[in-house]
Amino acid sequence: MSDFPRWKYALVALAMLFGIVYALPNAFIPVPAVQVTANRGAAPIDQALRQKVVAALAKQKVVAGEVVVNGDHLLATFANTDVQRSGSDAIKALLGDGYTVAFKLQSTVPGWLRAIGARSMPLGLDLQGGVHFLMQVDQNDVIDKQESSYADDIRGLLRQKNIRYESVTRNAARGQGIAVILRSEADRTAASNDIANEYIDLNVANGPSTGNRYVLNVTVKPEKLRALALGTIKQNLGTLRNRINALGVSEPLIQQQGENHIVVDLAGVQDPAEAKKLIGTVATLQYRPGIGYAGDAQAQEAARTGNIPPNANLYYMRGSHQPVLVSKRVIVTGNELVNASSGTDQQSGTPEVSVTLNATGARKMLDFTNANVGKPMAVVYVERVTETKMVNGKEVRTPKVTESVINDATIQGAFGKQFQTTGLGSQKEASDLALLLKGGAFAAPVDIVEERVIGPSLGQDNIDKGLKAVTLGLALVLLAAALYYKLFGLVADIALVFNLVILVAVMSLIGVTLTMPGIAGIVLTLGMAIDANVLICERIREELRNGSTPHASIRAGYEKAWATILDANVTHLIAALALTTMGTGAIKGFGVTLMIGILTSLFTSVTLTHAFTALIHGHRKLKTLSV
Amino acid sequence: MEIFNHNSNIPFLGMRKYSIAIAVCLMIASIALIATKGLNYGLDFTGGVSMVVDYNQPVQVSEVRAALTKGGLDNAVVQSLGGTREVSIRMQPKDDKGMKQTASGKVNLDKISSDVLGMLRAARPDATLKSRDYVGSEVGAELKSDGTIAALFVMLGIMAYLWIRFERRFAIAAVATEVHDVLVTLGIIALVQREFDMTVLASVLAVIGYSINDKVVVFDRIRELFRLARKAEPEEILNRSINNTLSRTIITSLFTSITMGAMYFIGGPVVRGFAVTMLIGILVGTLSSIFVASPILLWLGVSKKDLMPVTRDNPELARRP
Repeated sequence: MSDFPRWKYALVALAMLFGIVYALPNAFIPVPAVQVTANRGAAPIDQALRQKVVAALAKQKVVAGEVVVNGDHLLATFANTDVQRSGSDAIKALLGDGYTVAFKLQSTVPGWLRAIGARSMPLGLDLQGGVHFLMQVDQNDVIDKQESSYADDIRGLLRQKNIRYESVTRNAARGQGIAVILRSEADRTAASNDIANEYIDLNVANGPSTGNRYVLNVTVKPEKLRALALGTIKQNLGTLRNRINALGVSEPLIQQQGENHIVVDLAGVQDPAEAKKLIGTVATLQYRPGIGYAGDAQAQEAARTGNIPPNANLYYMRGSHQPVLVSKRVIVTGNELVNASSGTDQQSGTPEVSVTLNATGARKMLDFTNANVGKPMAVVYVERVTETKMVNGKEVRTPKVTESVINDATIQGAFGKQFQTTGLGSQKEASDLALLLKGGAFAAPVDIVEERVIGPSLGQDNIDKGLKAVTLGLALVLLAAALYYKLFGLVADIALVFNLVILVAVMSLIGVTLTMPGIAGIVLTLGMAIDANVLICERIREELRNGSTPHASIRAGYEKAWATILDANVTHLIAALALTTMGTGAIKGFGVTLMIGILTSLFTSVTLTHAFTALIHGHRKLKTLSV
Repeated sequence: MEIFNHNSNIPFLGMRKYSIAIAVCLMIASIALIATKGLNYGLDFTGGVSMVVDYNQPVQVSEVRAALTKGGLDNAVVQSLGGTREVSIRMQPKDDKGMKQTASGKVNLDKISSDVLGMLRAARPDATLKSRDYVGSEVGAELKSDGTIAALFVMLGIMAYLWIRFERRFAIAAVATEVHDVLVTLGIIALVQREFDMTVLASVLAVIGYSINDKVVVFDRIRELFRLARKAEPEEILNRSINNTLSRTIITSLFTSITMGAMYFIGGPVVRGFAVTMLIGILVGTLSSIFVASPILLWLGVSKKDLMPVTRDNPELARRP
């Protein structure tokens, strides 16, 4: 008779089905493809464009698998990465700057699987080749800027409140705050109160006074500094994302690691030079008076004839590439910008970007806008890249400056410290603009502290070897278990295979990136998952030796082994958990795999084998057990 | 099929003086090895530049070394990556003479790798660059401290769990044996000077997880037998527990070793270090589960009454007549 409840059978069946379905997408190998998207202002992707691409590929004798228009982008698949590269070159030459051409691994998972959320595991760089960077963000720069800005603000505040001061200076050591020196005790008390009231992020404390110098120490609160540090990382992440999108890598991985590191993984890229150039770019921005608007007659004329008014520069709008004339005079620079955030305009309900300037910037802005209501103002985005070239064996560094206008708008009224840019096309446009503004304002310098370039052949090598290791390891353990524990060994084998299937399914569903250490984790999990079955089988043998009946032995075997299995697995889980807390990618991938593996093996080794054992032995009278 | 006699009663505890003496000696030797010879830290820890170079025709490591020396790179470490056509070259960026001229403090991986490839091609034109890495030294320092913290976290976590689920003495014995396992594993890695990189660090942490598994199984049996036995002579109980679980301890070790062996032989250079460390760790962990953990437990004075299920002392009941 069976003491295994029905609902547990159902659970096991469901888990097996889940495992098979969600692990299945990994059997569909993605094909190399090239994805084409239209930049703003370029003609949209349509059938006509598709015809042109097909013709161009045929002309260059590049064999494409299929070329399809898929919503807003065009996709061409190729047999291998070499063909993909020549295909991409041919398409780039055809389409020019208006379109972004990116490498992509196109999934071949059928639609019905994708519809239920099943997808294949993304492959790590060590398995598909690519470039990996680890970057460190220089936080000092941010603290410098923030302290200087507060010093400015305090000077402005004291002047406004008519408190006479001797000096407001930053302390020599970074992060040590600002020293305000006043002339009397009364002034100091007043200043202390005013600063504390006005700026909640500052700590104010009296310092030692000598003669008629009354010192007030103002420091930025640690939690504000932490928030700033966090903001800097976020900011840099955003900026990097923007720039790397321009590089045309289909699925770049850009994420924060630890407190001040950023990881960038670019799959499929083989030449890191281009990527490094983008990462090393320093951007600033300038608010300048506009002369007319983007694309107006005067600007068109200037762009056509090359006759640019002497007090102006001719730039192009970012995205739409329309010409625009901008005065050479700079009103405010990115250094004077404190914050920019996107939101919705209260009155019109349209997207807007709200900008905050520091005290000096606010004064200049107020002076300018007072006199120029109704006139245009443009934001110029300046990117400076240092290119290093080898000329006659010597390194020659040439700075290359790219300037573009990211926004031009009409001044609606006089404003200073805070103002809004309204009338933006979409919420996305607003957040993009805010990001660009911030990117230009406080991009902290980043240093590349780790760089790895993995060739595509090495990636394929690793996949092959990893797969072979998993297969061989699994096969050997299956064989050994079947030999040693006979029927119970075979049941354990079924469990082990399903452990692998369910482990892969869970990893795919969560979206764990598969890496070489991850494969090592899978193999180790398989080796250790059998332990639970060894424990159970040994227990059953023991019970049989002690003279229990077969059914009682099975029951007692599972019952007694369970406590041990649980203790052993919980301690093992603690070890795996520690591995996942390690910041580094490789170890983390291993730890995550191990952790999921321990949990799935707990289910397959105990519940799943129990179900099979009950199914096989359940309704029969038994004299012996094959264990 | 049974390999082990289930009635075996090997007096493991009887040899405890010797086994502990050997374990202590191994630990001291390991510490001495780690202190004197040191671990052969890989790129992940030392920082620097590493390249994997592929040749069309088989190549000798000495040949590659000669080509690099000729180009002025004396300190590069050249290793074969299994097979005859693939080598890894590790070096510090400052060793590249060409780099010294542009002492800007920044490392130009592209330049170094093209320099090195130039040297290699001068000797053998069939060399191609398969991958290249640069790791800053500060990243390595961080990894070392992260690894140490993770190891401590594991030990303390396991100790806390065993303290709650079992008893104080079990927690101490387990962690003491864990320290032994990790030290001896590291000692062997230091002895054979295997490269200690990030995957090896991961597998050292995995060894902790594996070997605690082994100990817990034995401890579990000890607790069970203590609770069942009417007359509980600790030495006899411990010995019986080890013997009862012996078959399982060895079979599981064999199964895990099989998979790690498969990985060592065909998993490729990336996971070879991982597999070797795991194999060493499995051996050390299995032996210490049998010979080291229980003697410590005995010395700490484990007894039946410490392990009986806690019966709630109800003051209310005690007061009743």
